[in-house]
Amino acid sequence: MEATLEKKYTFKDFASNQEVRWCPGCDDYVILRAMQKALPEIGVKKEDVVFISGIGCSSRFPYYMDTYGMHGIHGRAPAIASGVKLANPDLSVWVVTGDGDSMAIGGNHFIHVLRRNIDLNIIMFNNEIYGLTKGQFSPTSLVGQKTKSSPYGNTQPPFSPGELALGAQARFFARIGGNTPKEMTQMFIDAEKFNGTSLIEILQNCVIFNDGCFTKYTDKKVREDKQLFVEDGKPMIFGKDKDKGLVLNGLKLEVVTIGENGITEQDILVHKANEKDPTLHQMLVRLEYPLVTGIIRRFDDITLEEREDVLTKEVQANSKFKKTDDLFFSGEIYEVN
Amino acid sequence: MIWITSIFDTKIFTLKIMIAEKKEIQPKALEAVVIRFVGDSGDGMQLTGTQFSDTSAMIGNDVSTFPNYPSEIRAPQGSLYGVSGFQVHIGSVEISTPGDDVDLLVAMNPAGLKTNLYAVKPGHTIIIDTDAFTKKNLEKAKYETNPLEDGSLDNYRVIEVAISSLTKEALKDVEGLDNKSITRSKNMFALGMVYWMYHRSTEHSIDFFNKKFASKPQLIEANTKVLNAGFYFAETLELIPNAYTISPAKMPSGTYRIISGNTATAWGFLAAAEKSGIELFLGSYPITPATDILHELVKHKHFGVKAFQAEDEIAGITSAIGASFAGDLAITTTSGPGLALKGEALGLAMMVELPLVVVNVQRGGPSTGLPTKTEQSDLMQAMYGRNGESPVIVIAAGTPSDCFKFAYEAAKLALEHMTPVILLTDGYIANGSEPWLIKSVADMPAIKNNRIIEVKENWHPYDRDANTLARDWAVPGTFGLEHRIGGLEKDKITGDVSHVPENHEYMTKIRAEKIKRVENYIPELETEFAESGDLLVVGWGGTYGSLHSAVKQLNSEGYDNIGYAHFNYINPLPKNTEAILNKFKKIVVCELNNGQFVNILKMNFNICGLLQYNKIQGLPFGNTELTEKFKQLLS
Repeated sequence: MEATLEKKYTFKDFASNQEVRWCPGCDDYVILRAMQKALPEIGVKKEDVVFISGIGCSSRFPYYMDTYGMHGIHGRAPAIASGVKLANPDLSVWVVTGDGDSMAIGGNHFIHVLRRNIDLNIIMFNNEIYGLTKGQFSPTSLVGQKTKSSPYGNTQPPFSPGELALGAQARFFARIGGNTPKEMTQMFIDAEKFNGTSLIEILQNCVIFNDGCFTKYTDKKVREDKQLFVEDGKPMIFGKDKDKGLVLNGLKLEVVTIGENGITEQDILVHKANEKDPTLHQMLVRLEYPLVTGIIRRFDDITLEEREDVLTKEVQANSKFKKTDDLFFSGEIYEVN
Repeated sequence: MIWITSIFDTKIFTLKIMIAEKKEIQPKALEAVVIRFVGDSGDGMQLTGTQFSDTSAMIGNDVSTFPNYPSEIRAPQGSLYGVSGFQVHIGSVEISTPGDDVDLLVAMNPAGLKTNLYAVKPGHTIIIDTDAFTKKNLEKAKYETNPLEDGSLDNYRVIEVAISSLTKEALKDVEGLDNKSITRSKNMFALGMVYWMYHRSTEHSIDFFNKKFASKPQLIEANTKVLNAGFYFAETLELIPNAYTISPAKMPSGTYRIISGNTATAWGFLAAAEKSGIELFLGSYPITPATDILHELVKHKHFGVKAFQAEDEIAGITSAIGASFAGDLAITTTSGPGLALKGEALGLAMMVELPLVVVNVQRGGPSTGLPTKTEQSDLMQAMYGRNGESPVIVIAAGTPSDCFKFAYEAAKLALEHMTPVILLTDGYIANGSEPWLIKSVADMPAIKNNRIIEVKENWHPYDRDANTLARDWAVPGTFGLEHRIGGLEKDKITGDVSHVPENHEYMTKIRAEKIKRVENYIPELETEFAESGDLLVVGWGGTYGSLHSAVKQLNSEGYDNIGYAHFNYINPLPKNTEAILNKFKKIVVCELNNGQFVNILKMNFNICGLLQYNKIQGLPFGNTELTEKFKQLLS
C-alpha cells in the first residue's frame, strides 16, 4: 500500500467519538491504544484504513476507530474483509476477532483466508472464554476448565491457534501478551508492512470471566523467565539473566542453560522467521515452556490479489472483448429482418 | 382423451445403407415441432439438441429448449436413472415453451425409450438405435421383452436404424480414431437424419466442428463424415416417407442469439456494470442449478470482473457485502439451500443498507430436495427468510432471455435504492434457452448511484435521499467520510449504535418504507388477452412461457373472457395490482409450489375468489393440464 502522507497523525486522530464500553481493566483497552499508536507510525491515510469485525467483545473494536469500519456478523469478518480487499487492494484492511469468533463459528473462513494469503491483518483476541455471552467455554478453553456451560469442567480439548494457523498455511503468525503495549504497537506495524495475511494472537485477559488465565506467562514478575520473545535472525535466548536458550535435540526443542554442560551462546538456535518449511515454527508454537511470543513465522509469498492482478492483465491483453457489445454480438448470432 | 389410431404403423428394419436413387421428396410444411433426443449421460444428447436448435434458430425459427439430465454425473451406462435428454421446440409461430407432446423422439438406448415414451403420443415418430437394444441393455432398462419385437410400439411410427454400426462403417477409413471417439460420434448420425427430416442444412454444425476441434483435425473429419452419413442415409432411405419444413417465424427484426437463462443472468450483470461504471464482484459457491452463472462470469476478466469462488455460501455473500462496502457492484449466486445459509448475512446487508444482488436459481426443495429439477418454492424464503423485520426487493425473471433484463434491473434497483435485491429464477428458465434480441448496453436504461465523493458539512452515513430514502454510499478511500456501519441498530441521524426504543421503531419503519417506495420506480401491471372478464390467470417468475401460451391458445379458440397477468415484481408489488385483479370475476394463481404467491396476494389485498392451481413435481406446467383447468374454471 502506498504510504503518501500529507499530514502527520497522532493516536488521537484514530480515536472515534464513541465512548469505549469494555469492562474496566480489560486488555482490550491496551490493544486499542496500541493500534491507535501504530497507525500514525505506519503512515497510512486515515481514509484508506478499514476495520472489519465479527461478533463478540473484541468485535466492538471498529466503533472506536475513526476509520472506515464494519461490525459484521459472527465469524464472517475474514470473508467480509476479503471482499473489501479484493474490491480495492489499495486499502489497509484489518480484521478484529476473538477465539470463538475465529475458531468456532468462523473456523471455516479463518482457515481459508490464511490459505489464500490475501493482504489482510487479523488481530485475534484470545481470552480462552466467551465474554459477550457471559462465560461459556471457547475452542481454546482448557480441558477441565469450569465455565457457565461446563460447570463440572470442560471436556473438549482446545485448539492451539498457532498450530491451526500454520496448518492452514499462514505466512505470518505472531503471538503477544495483552499487557505489552510497546511490543504490540511494533507488531501491528510489522503486520501491516507484511505483504500477505498476518495473524496476531493476543493473549488477552478477561477480567470478568477468565481472570488470570495467562498470568503464569504474562505477569510482569515471571514473563521474562516464562516467555521467549523471538526476533528474526537472533538466537532464541530468554530469562531474566538471558541465560536460557533453545536447542534442537533430535525431533524436540530443549531448554538449556548457557554456561552449563559446556553450552555457549553459539549452540542456541537462531530464529529464522522467513523459512518456507514451517516445521520449526510449529514446534515453537507448541512449546509450553517457554511460551514463545513475537513473530514466529513471516514467510514472504505471493498474495491472492497479486495472482489475480497478473492473470487479469494477461487475459485483458489477449482478449478481443473490450466492451460487452463485443461479447454479446460475437459468435453464433443471426439476423431477423 | 381421444385415442388416435396410428396411420403410420409400418415398421422399418434397416441394417445397412440402402443404395437408392435420389428421389425428389416434396417436404410438408409444419407450424411447429417438438423433438426430444435421449440417451446415456455420455451419449452427447445435450450437444445434439443444442446443434439442432442453433441451426433452426439460424434459419429464422423461433425456438425454446430444455435439457433434462440426471444429478449423477456419469450414472451407470444404460441405467434408467442415467438417461440424459434434450428437448427442442421449433416453430414458424411464436414458441414460448419447450413443448409438451413430443413429435419425434430419438432414443439412443432402451433406457431412454422407456423413460421418455410417455411424452410421445400414438402416431408420432420414434427413431431408435437398434444396436443399443442388446439383451444386457434391455435388462438394465428393466424391459422383460424387447419393445422392438413385442408389439408395444405398434401405435407409433418407429424408424429402426442400426446407428452404431452405420457410424462405425462411415468411419472405417478415418485414421487415428480410437473406439471411444467412434462410439461417441454416433449422436451425429442421428442429428444428420433429423436434419434431413426437417429440411435443415448440416453447414452450421460442420462450422461448429471446425471451431471446436480446431486442434484435432481427425475429429472434425469424423464428426463431419458421420453427420453427412446420417443425412444421406435419411435421404436415400425410401421408407422415411416425409420430410418437413418449418418456415421462419415472425419475430421483431434485429440481431439474435440463442441464450440460456443462466448466461443471460450473467450478461445482465456485465451490462449493468458497464453502464453504471462500477466494477462487478461475484462471491459465490458452486450449487446446482446456479453454478453456470459463476462459470460464465469467471470467463470475463477482460471486463475486470472479480469472481471469487468462496469457501461456502456464507463467505459467498459476506465477501460480496465487503466488496459492496468498498464500492463494487456486488452479487452472489445460489439456489434454495444456499439462500437459507445466506439468510443472516442478507439481514446484515439490509441493515447496513448496501447494494447487493442475490440470485436464487430455484430448484425442488425442501432441504436437498430435487437439485436438477425446477420449482418456485423459495418465494416465501426470499420474502421472509431472515430474522427480524427485514424487507428486501424481490423480483423474478419470466423466461430464459428475460433473465438478462431482470439481472440488469436487479443491479439497477440495488444501486439506486441502496438495498439487497433478490432475483428469483429457476432451473427451468436457467437451463432452458431461446432466441434473445441482443441488447446493446447503449440501449439499456441509465443506472444512477448514491456514491458520495466529497465531504459535506454535518454529513452522516444514514443521511437519506428525500424521494427513495436510499442512504449515501461513502466508500473507503474517500477523504473525510470515515464512518462505521454494522448489524446493530443505528441512530436515525448520527448512524451511531442506538438501543433507544423509539429510534428502533422509526428505523424499522423507514427501512420498510424505503422498499415500499420502490413501487414508484417499477412498471405497472398489465394484462394480456383481456382487460377484464370471467377469469384472470395469474403467474409469476419462470412460468411465463407455459401460462402465456396456454391462455393464448384458449384465446385463439375463441375464449375472449380470459386474461393473463404475469408478475415479475413481487416486493413491492406493482401499484395497480388490486385494481387489475378486481376487473375479473375469478382469479386463478398458478404456481410450481404448494401456494405461496397466492398468500402474498391475500395478505396484501382484499380480493374474493382467489383460486389456485399448483404443481409440485419438479416439472414445468404442461399445456394440456393448464388449458383443461382454465376451461373447467370458465364453464
